[in-house]
Amino acid sequence: MKANLSINGNEYSIDAPEEIPLLWAIRDIVGLTGTKFGCGVAQCGACSILVDGMLVKSCSMPISFGFGKEIFTIEGTSENLEFLRKAWNEGNVPQCGYCQSGQLMAATALLDQISNPTDQDIEDAMSSNICRCGTYVRIKKAIHEAVALKNN
Amino acid sequence: MSTIQKISRRDFVKIFGLTSTGIILGCNISSDNKNVIPITDGNTFSPNLFIEIHKDGKITLISSRSEMGQGIKTSLTSAIADELEADWSYISVKQAIGHEKYGNQNTDGSRSVRTILEPMRKMGAAAKMMLIAAAAKKWNVSESDCKAENHHIINTKTNEKIFYGDLVELASKVEIPADETIKLKKVADFKYIGKTLKSVDLKDFTHGTAKYGMDIRIPNMKFAAIARCPVTFGTVKSVESSDAEKISGVEKVIQLDRIVPPVGQFFGALGGVAVIANNTWSAFQGKLSLNIEWNYGENQNFDTEKFKDVLTKRVHEKGKLVPGSIGNVAKAFDDATKVIEATYHVPFLVHTPMEVPNATAWFQGDKVEVWAPLQDPQTARAEIAHFFEIPIENITVNVTFLGGGFGRKSKSDFVVESVALSKKINAPVQVVWTREDDVKHSFYHATSVQYLKGSIDKNGSVSGWLQRVAMPSIVSSFKPMSDYASGFELGQGFTNNPYKIENFRLENTKAEANLRIGWMRSVVHIHSGFANNSFVDELAFAAKKDPVQFHLDLIGEDRIIEGKSNHPYDSKRMKNVLNATAKNANWGRKLPENHGIGIAIHYSFYSYVATAVEVSVINNKVKVEHIWITIDCGLVLNKDNVINQLEGAAIFGMSLALFGKITTKEGAVEQHNFFDYQMTRMKDAPKITVEIIDAMNEPPTGVGEPGVPVIAPAICNAIFNATGKRIRQTPLIDQGFDFE
Repeated sequence: MKANLSINGNEYSIDAPEEIPLLWAIRDIVGLTGTKFGCGVAQCGACSILVDGMLVKSCSMPISFGFGKEIFTIEGTSENLEFLRKAWNEGNVPQCGYCQSGQLMAATALLDQISNPTDQDIEDAMSSNICRCGTYVRIKKAIHEAVALKNN
Repeated sequence: MSTIQKISRRDFVKIFGLTSTGIILGCNISSDNKNVIPITDGNTFSPNLFIEIHKDGKITLISSRSEMGQGIKTSLTSAIADELEADWSYISVKQAIGHEKYGNQNTDGSRSVRTILEPMRKMGAAAKMMLIAAAAKKWNVSESDCKAENHHIINTKTNEKIFYGDLVELASKVEIPADETIKLKKVADFKYIGKTLKSVDLKDFTHGTAKYGMDIRIPNMKFAAIARCPVTFGTVKSVESSDAEKISGVEKVIQLDRIVPPVGQFFGALGGVAVIANNTWSAFQGKLSLNIEWNYGENQNFDTEKFKDVLTKRVHEKGKLVPGSIGNVAKAFDDATKVIEATYHVPFLVHTPMEVPNATAWFQGDKVEVWAPLQDPQTARAEIAHFFEIPIENITVNVTFLGGGFGRKSKSDFVVESVALSKKINAPVQVVWTREDDVKHSFYHATSVQYLKGSIDKNGSVSGWLQRVAMPSIVSSFKPMSDYASGFELGQGFTNNPYKIENFRLENTKAEANLRIGWMRSVVHIHSGFANNSFVDELAFAAKKDPVQFHLDLIGEDRIIEGKSNHPYDSKRMKNVLNATAKNANWGRKLPENHGIGIAIHYSFYSYVATAVEVSVINNKVKVEHIWITIDCGLVLNKDNVINQLEGAAIFGMSLALFGKITTKEGAVEQHNFFDYQMTRMKDAPKITVEIIDAMNEPPTGVGEPGVPVIAPAICNAIFNATGKRIRQTPLIDQGFDFE
C-alpha cells in the first residue's frame, strides 16, 4: 500500500506491506537505520522512537500507528536530545553502541516528561531498555548530567 | 597495495613510499606473541598494522581488530598518538577488511592490546623520528635540537615550528629508523596512554550513524529469514510454503541444505528453509507461515535436565587424571581434621548480543563480497573459499561495527548462509536472524557439573583438593566425538588456579555434546571461577576463618610461576587485588540487617581480578547493592575504557548469575527471547566501584573478559553470608530467589 510518514520533520511517501511494523518501515523502506532491531517483541527497547512525543517500541506498532503523526528517531534533533548527547559524550557512555539509539530515545522521552528526574524515575523509565554491554551506571549518571547541563 | 609485497628489507617498520596524499608506514607482528616477526619468508614483507600520515596532517590507522564495544579503536589511537606526539583530533581509525595480510584478526581471548600495543607504539615512535629527521634537514640543524610536540616539530633553539603535514614529503625521503634505534616513551611521559580517553566513535553512536551489519544497504538487495530445525542438525523432510508465499513482500522460498564443516575447521551452516523478501519483516512473517516437517535426527532425545543428572552421576565416579595433579589427595583426606564435598552446576548459556547474527552477501560469478559484524573475518573468508570454491583473492569480507559480539560473532555460520542464498537467488541478500533464532540455534556456552572434595588440616589450612569436571567441549564443534573437556579448556582456571595447594588432583569426566558448543565472553573461566570461589568460601566457613584471610593464605607466599606465555603468574599481584578490594569494600564492617557480603578472585587472560559483592536478601528477594571490583591488567591504555569494561563485565556476570539458563526438551531449546532468557536491567544494576592497580611497567593483559568469572560466585557467597543458604548452581531465579 501507499503510505506517508513524517519523520524528523521530513515527509516520506512509501510503498509498504499493510501490517509492517513501524520499525521495519523506517529501516527497510524509508532507509533510516539508526533505529535498531533487538528482539521484535517489545522486550529490549532497541527500537524505541517517539510518536507525537510518546515513547513507542516501534517493532511492535503497525505502520498505521504513525499515520498523520510526527515520528521522531535518533536521526532527529531536539533540545533535550542534544543535552543528552552532550552528557553521553561527557560520560563516555557507549560500548558497542547498538542499543544507545533506543536508550537516547527513552531518555529524551523521560526528560520531556520530567525535567529533573530522580534515580527512581530514571530506573522506572529506562528499565525497558536492555544494554548487553552493561552501561547502565553511565546512562543513569549521564541523564542527571544532561539535566545539569540544561540548567546551567 | 601490490607494492607492499616487493619490499624486502628486514626492518621492523616499513615505508611504502609517498602516495598522492601522504606516507604510509607498516609493520608486521605475529598474532599471539608480542615479539616482532619482521619478515615472513625473507623476501616479502606483509605488514599487518598501518599508519598513514597525510599532507593535511591527518593520520589514519588501520585497525586489524573488530570493534565490538571493547574500545579497541580508541585504545590503538591513544598508543599511536602518544608515541607520535600527535594531536588526538587528527587521528582516525579505519576498519580493516578480513585479509591474511593483517595477521591474525580473530578478535577474542582479550588479546588485541596484549599483542598489538608494542608494535603500535614502535610505529608511532618511528614516524616521529622520521618527522624530526625531516625537520632537521629542512632547518639544517641537528636532530637533537628538534623535538616533537602536539603535531609539530619544534626547533628548540629558535622556537620555530613546522606542522606535521608540511613535513610529510620530506619525511618520506628519510631513512626508516632501524628497530634497535626506536626508543619508546617512559611511562611518566605518557600523554594519552593510561589516561581517560573518550571513544573515537561517540558521535556515530549517539546519532544512529554507526553502521552495524544490519545497516548495510545495497541497491536491489533482498532480505532473508531462515527456519532451522528445532533440534541441532535435524533436516527438512518436507515443506509447504504456499501461506508464506502469499505474504506481501515475500518473493521466494528456498530450501537450504546443511553445510557440514570438514573435521578440524570451520563452522558450516545449519541449513533449513529460507524466505526471501523485499524487507526483513516480510521475511520474518514468511518464515512463521512455513509448514515444515523435520527429520529431527540423532539429537532429538537431548534433554538438559536428564543430561545434568548423567553428568552429576559421572562426577561422583572416578575420572581421567589430568596432568598437573600433584601430591596425594587420598592421604590428605585421611589425615584431615575436616573433609567437605560439594557439587556445582552451571547451565548452558547463550551470548545474545543486542545485534542479532546477520550478514549481507553478494555472490557474482567468481567473486563474493560480504558485509558482516565479524570477530573473525578471516575464518569467514576461508569458509567462503572452501564451501563455494571461490579463489580466496576474489572474496572481500568487510567488517562492520559489531552490535556486541561476546564470542557469537567469531562463528561465521550466518555468513555462509548469506553467501549460499545470494548464490541461489543471484542477488545481494541480507540474512537476519530473529532473536528467537539467536536463542535457539547458537553455539552455546557449555554446561558443566563439577564435584569438589577438600580437606582442612589441623592448622585450619587447605591440605587437599579434588576436582572432577564434566563439560561438553568446544572441540566437539570441530571434531565429532570429542567427549571430554580439552587441555586448553582445563587450562582456563582448573590446572592453573591461583592457589597453592600441596595435594591437588584434577579429573576429567565424559560429557557428550548434543548442541553446537561455542565460547562466550570469559569462556571456561565462568565454570572454574564459579566452582573454585564457591568452594573456597565453603572451606573457609568449615575452617571458621574469614574468607578474605582464608583466600590470602590459600594464594600462598609470594611466587612467580613461569608459563608458556610472556606473562608469568605472580601471586603477589593476586593478593594485591584482593587486599585492594577488601579495603574498598571496607571488609569486616558491620553490615545492615539482611545484608551479606561475598568475595571472589580469579586469574584469567593473564589479568588478576578480585571482587566483593554486597547483597540484601529480604523474603528471598535479592538486591545486588554494590560491586567492588579490582583489576591488575598491567599497562593500561585507556583508563576509562577499562572501567567501562569492568562495569559491563559486572552486569554481564549478573545476567548469568541471576537469569542465565538454556534448557532443552526433546532436543529443542526451550527459551525464546528476552522474556524467558532475561538480562540484567537498570533497575537491577548495583553501584559499581572499579579500581585499577597501577602496574604501568608491566605488559598489558586482558580486559574484556577477566571481570566476568568472579561475579556469580561472589554474589552466591554474599547470599550465603546474608542467609546461610549455600547456592551451588546458577541461575538464582531457579534457586527460589526473585529480584523485583
